[in-house]
Amino acid sequence: MADKVLMKGNEAIAEAAIIAGCKHYFGYPITPQTEIAAYMAKRMPKIGGVFLQAESEIAAINMVYGVAATGHRVMTSSSSPGISLKGEGLSYLAGADLPSLIVNVQRGGPGLGGIQPSQSDYFQATKGGAHGDFHMIVLAPASVQEMADLTVKGFELADKYRMTSMILADGTMGQMMEPVALDYEIAPAPEKPWATVGTKMAREHNIVNSLFLAPEELERVNFERYERYAAIKENETMYEEYMMEDADICVAAFGIAARVAKNAINEARKQGIKVGLIRPITLWPFPEAPFKKAADKVKAVVSVELSMGQMIEDIRLATECKVPVSLCNRAGGMIPSPEQVLEAIKAANNGGAK
Amino acid sequence: MVVFDKPNALADASMHYCPGCTHGIVHRLVAEVMDELGIEGRTIGIAPVGCSVMAYNYFNCDMIEAAHGRAPAVATGVKRAEPDSIVFTYQGDGDLASIGMAETVHSAARNENITIIFINNAIYGMTGGQMAPTTLPGQVTQTSPYGRDVNHCGFPIKVCEMLSELDGPEYLERVAVNNVKNVKNAKKAIKKAFQNQVDGKGFSLVEVISSCPTNWGMTPKKALEWIDEKMIPYYPLGVYKDRTAAKEETK
Repeated sequence: MADKVLMKGNEAIAEAAIIAGCKHYFGYPITPQTEIAAYMAKRMPKIGGVFLQAESEIAAINMVYGVAATGHRVMTSSSSPGISLKGEGLSYLAGADLPSLIVNVQRGGPGLGGIQPSQSDYFQATKGGAHGDFHMIVLAPASVQEMADLTVKGFELADKYRMTSMILADGTMGQMMEPVALDYEIAPAPEKPWATVGTKMAREHNIVNSLFLAPEELERVNFERYERYAAIKENETMYEEYMMEDADICVAAFGIAARVAKNAINEARKQGIKVGLIRPITLWPFPEAPFKKAADKVKAVVSVELSMGQMIEDIRLATECKVPVSLCNRAGGMIPSPEQVLEAIKAANNGGAK
Repeated sequence: MVVFDKPNALADASMHYCPGCTHGIVHRLVAEVMDELGIEGRTIGIAPVGCSVMAYNYFNCDMIEAAHGRAPAVATGVKRAEPDSIVFTYQGDGDLASIGMAETVHSAARNENITIIFINNAIYGMTGGQMAPTTLPGQVTQTSPYGRDVNHCGFPIKVCEMLSELDGPEYLERVAVNNVKNVKNAKKAIKKAFQNQVDGKGFSLVEVISSCPTNWGMTPKKALEWIDEKMIPYYPLGVYKDRTAAKEETK
C-alpha cells in the first residue's frame, strides 16, 4: 500500500495518466483544467514523454488522433467550451476506432458561460458529443482518488474497446485537494496490429480511416461498433449504492452532487426518512439495472444535478416512469446545498407516493 | 529492358481522379521518391478531406485519413510519437489554406519535421468546383459565378510567400506539373522535401501548381496551358525558403 499524498484533482488525473503509460499530452489553456497541462508540461520532459501546447483545441484533438493511430496511449484535457471544439475530432476518433482519453473538467454554459463547476455537458458526453452514431465511455469521479483511479481505468477500457474514454469531472473535482494513493498494477496495453507505424516492408499497409462511401459498408461498421457497445453495457457499467437496501426515496447524483447528496441523506436518515443514493460512476453506459430495481421499491426518485436537468432523462427511461422523478438542481456554476437536497428529499417523501 | 515501371510505393489500384487531373502525376512522384530513398517501410502518409482523401488506397505505405484541414496536426502527433518514421501530408488548397490554415501555420512555426505536399489548383474539386482561397481574381467558380470579386471576398492567399516570413520552416518551394521540365523540377523539390525529413532538418512544404480540367471547364491540354498563362504569373515558381542553402551561402 503506497503512502497517500495530498493532491489537487487535476494533478491526480495527470499523474495517474503518466503511471498508466501515457507519454503524450496535447492541450490548450482553459479554466478550470489548466493544472493538468501545467503538470504535464513539467513532468513529460522528465520521463521522455511529449507535452505540446497546441494552437487550438481542434489541433490538440487531431494530435491525439495522430498519436492514437500509432497505438501509443495519449490524452488531452479541456473544459466545456473547449470540448465543443474537440467534437469533430471525437467523431473521427470514434469513426476510426482509435483509443484515447479525454478529460472534461466542466464549467457552466452555454456559450462562454462561466468558470464555476457544472454538470451541464452530460448530454454532450453521454449522447455522443458530435455528428454520427457513436458513444464514448463516460466516467464520473466523485473524489480526487477516483479522478486518478478512473483515469487508469479509462486508458484500459479505451484500449480494450478501441474507443474514447472521457473523464467527466467538474471544476470542484479539478480544484479540490484530497489524499490519494497512486499504487496501481498497470497491465500491459493490448497488441495493436492495426497501428500505422510503418509497414517495415513486412506486412500489407494499415489504414486508419473513417470514410466509407458505400452505404452498405458504413452501415456494417456502425452495427459492428454497436455490438461492441452492447458488450460494454453488459460488462463495464459501474455505480455505487448507498443505503438503498431499505430506501423509500432514491436520490440519484454523480460527481460533486453525489457528495452533497450523501450529506443530505445522512441528515434525512437522522430525521427518520428512509432514503438512499444511486451514484452512477459510468454515465455511459448508464447504470439502468439499479434504477430499474429501485423503481419497484421506492416511492420517488430525486435527481440532484448541477444543470437544468439532464441525467434525469436517463433516470426516467431506466425507471420506465414507474415512479415520479423530481429534479433538485442549481445551474450556471452554482452547487446545491445539503439543505436544498434535504428539502427535496422531504418533498418527495411527502408527495411522491403514487 | 524495362524503361518505365510503376514505383513500388504506388499501389496497383485504378485511381478515381478525373481525366487530365494532375494528382496522378504527383502521386507517382511521391512514390518514386519513397522508392529512391528506401523509406516506404517507415513512411506514414496522411490524406485529409479533399479530392485526394482516398489516397490511402493509392500508396503502399501506412496511411491515415484525417479531418478537413487537420493533417498537419495529425502528422505532428504521429511524428512526435514515432520520431523515426517519415510522415507526409498530401493536402489541397481548400484544406491547407482555408479550413486548415491554423494547423499549416503552426506546424510550420514549430518546424515540425514533416513533409507537406500542397496541391494548388485554385478550386475545390471534390465538392464540384467552388471558390478556393487560391482562386484567382476574376476566376469563375460555382460560388463565384460572376468571377472572384476581390472587393467582395478578398484576394488569393500565396502560401509559400506567407510562410516564408516565419522563422520556423526549413524549406518552401513552389513547382508545377504542366510540362516535362516542370515535372522534373517538381520531382527534385519533392525529393528534397523528403530528404530534409530523413536528415532531421524540419518542416518542408512543396506547393504544386496543378490543374482541374473538370471544374475549370477546360480540356486537359487547355488546362495545362492555363497554368502557364494564368496560374504561374500569379504564383511564381521557385524556392521561397531554404535554410540549409542560406546557411551555406553565408559560410
